[in-house]
Amino acid sequence: MRIPLAISTLVARAVGAASRFSGKGGGTTLPGRVLNALNPGGMARLATRLKQGSAIISATNGKTTTAAMTAAILAPRFSLAGNPAGANLSSGVSTALLQTHGADLGLFEVDEAALPRVSEALRPRVLCLGNLFRDQLDRYGELEMLAERWRGVVADLPTDNTLVINGDDPQLAQLARARESVIRFGIEDERYGGPLPHAADARYCSACGVAYRYELAYVGHLGKYSCPGCGFERTKPNIWAEEVELEGLTGSSFRLRLPERTLSVRLGLPGLYNIYNALAAATLGYALGAPAEEIVSGLESTRAAFGRSERIAVGDKKLLLLLIKNPTGANEVVRTLVSGGAPKTLVIALNDGIADGQDTSWIWDVDFEPLLGELERLIASGGRAAELALRFKYAGFPEGAIELIPAPAAALDRGLELTEAQGELVVCPTYTAMLELQNELAERGHADPYWQRAARAREESGQARKPR
Amino acid sequence: MTTRIRLCHLYPDQLNIYADRGNIAVFRRRAERRGYELELIGVGVGEALAPECDLIYLGGGQDREQALIAPDLARRSEEISAALEDGAALLAVCGGYQLLGRGYRDRTGVEMPGAGVLPLETVAGDRRMIGDVSIECELEPGEMLTVVGFENHGGRTLLDDGAVPLGRVVHGFGNDGESGFEGCRLGKAIGTYLHGPLLPRNPWLADWLLGQALARKLGEPPELKELDDELEYQAHAVALGRARERGGKFR
Repeated sequence: MRIPLAISTLVARAVGAASRFSGKGGGTTLPGRVLNALNPGGMARLATRLKQGSAIISATNGKTTTAAMTAAILAPRFSLAGNPAGANLSSGVSTALLQTHGADLGLFEVDEAALPRVSEALRPRVLCLGNLFRDQLDRYGELEMLAERWRGVVADLPTDNTLVINGDDPQLAQLARARESVIRFGIEDERYGGPLPHAADARYCSACGVAYRYELAYVGHLGKYSCPGCGFERTKPNIWAEEVELEGLTGSSFRLRLPERTLSVRLGLPGLYNIYNALAAATLGYALGAPAEEIVSGLESTRAAFGRSERIAVGDKKLLLLLIKNPTGANEVVRTLVSGGAPKTLVIALNDGIADGQDTSWIWDVDFEPLLGELERLIASGGRAAELALRFKYAGFPEGAIELIPAPAAALDRGLELTEAQGELVVCPTYTAMLELQNELAERGHADPYWQRAARAREESGQARKPR
Repeated sequence: MTTRIRLCHLYPDQLNIYADRGNIAVFRRRAERRGYELELIGVGVGEALAPECDLIYLGGGQDREQALIAPDLARRSEEISAALEDGAALLAVCGGYQLLGRGYRDRTGVEMPGAGVLPLETVAGDRRMIGDVSIECELEPGEMLTVVGFENHGGRTLLDDGAVPLGRVVHGFGNDGESGFEGCRLGKAIGTYLHGPLLPRNPWLADWLLGQALARKLGEPPELKELDDELEYQAHAVALGRARERGGKFR
């Protein structure tokens, strides 16, 4: 039996309202799950109600931050539907479509593996691919398989629709090779380049199998590459950042080169990886017709997305939450911490739920070593705290300086105890550990529940409100 | 003079997908804590295995990387066999394990050649076997050991008749999800699907391999001083719990 769209949406919305009312969760995925189950074509049909169509952002790292920046850029011109709480599977996208009335443009971050399905349903007018790193191999299978599925997504994207890619990622540049309408972004500042890190991905040309020659790498395998085998090489981007200045844990500044304009940008988010996020957002905004001034003001007004270098006051101390989830992202967190003065006390919470990756081997590919010189105490937390402790032990960190506190809330308390008044405690949780910590902070009255903050973020960024 | 363990790490640039450097770090630290020096030699495509090699390590890689090194590895059949003959110990994980067999046949029937050092072959299956795994193995007669890890492989590895598995699957899939066998053992050579990485949470296996490697020079495995492995035991216990709760179907 086919259930009409009107009835499926009614049921799905009612389920969401019940879920929020019960206080059990934010209902950021449940209504969409119900809709997708009742009416498999529902997502595509709801999306057609968006007069200006949709834009999609996918990447291994930086989806949520890029989406927040893009929303800020587009807010003056569009009424947006989106999933700012990071519910980025097809259920989250459907939920967002159910909850936004009167929006004219959809702006969605989409999980790498969910991209084929969502892209097929939404037919995005702009598709932005930010990067592809090894992440959760237990869930996604091999990186190459994911690249193959993305190749299909790109091939299915109508030629009139715009593809935005990070041209510093050779894997993405290869995907875009056959297309004419591609806008590339990248970084042009050799002072921040270095050698390829340990366990970098995309070392070998996917066209001919020869190892790329890297003039320099900025983040993971993102950089200036060329293939000595077939001659494939990075092309100069259409939109880029130059004269980059990183300012430790507080932010950065750079010159943004748009096709006709050059402007200065001061970002309130730290690290080179956030410059990539800003470039993705700027390019997406450019592709959707945002003027240069709105691109800059949108980027400059963006604050940290949920748990991504987010600061939360706890009494007379502060927490700095830095989500870690895969080697490349965690390496950038480490680099940013070191540039801002490496912490003496560090809480790392390693969980191994499905959303974290059940396989914890990735922590061994993270270069934590630059932190060890300054670090005096590691509080190892999460369900796999002991595994994390071993990572540091075998790196030569003294075992006596490691405290094993599996419960994240207790680890937080211990970390705060070791933090002096007015000081800042650095906490690096994996995804579900971050949710646990955020819930704990909300219960203690230090932060609002995440779904409320997501709703507020949506309002602040000019996204359409759902009717009361 | 300190005894030195010469460890040849094959294809460190290609086979490194499952935190293989964690295994190397465990070898190094546990050797050094016992007063032995660990000399690490990376061996890439076209490079010869160092002479007087005590221990050989091969890690895991994705299909693309495996395809890049497979022809080179296939040419090493005699070189590796000679090193084992000479008394070297060996550990190969996941992709490295598969390619030490006679070969890997993918779903289209294309054969990737292997070194043929271990008595096994691998064929692609239609779904990947992914999850926590625990096995029981008997490295020394009468000493049952539990080894825990994580597996993620599309290949089904079939041991030849009479070949010895590393252990029996308790939770998880193992070589093929059917036979109940995990890994392969040939004298002092061990191949296994278990990563995580394997050695930090199974320090007894690391010590056994170090002992076997040292036996090449010393004649027999020396008595290795006990270390404080409290964290290792805890990590092992948690991983074992995961295998029990959410591992595959074999009990």
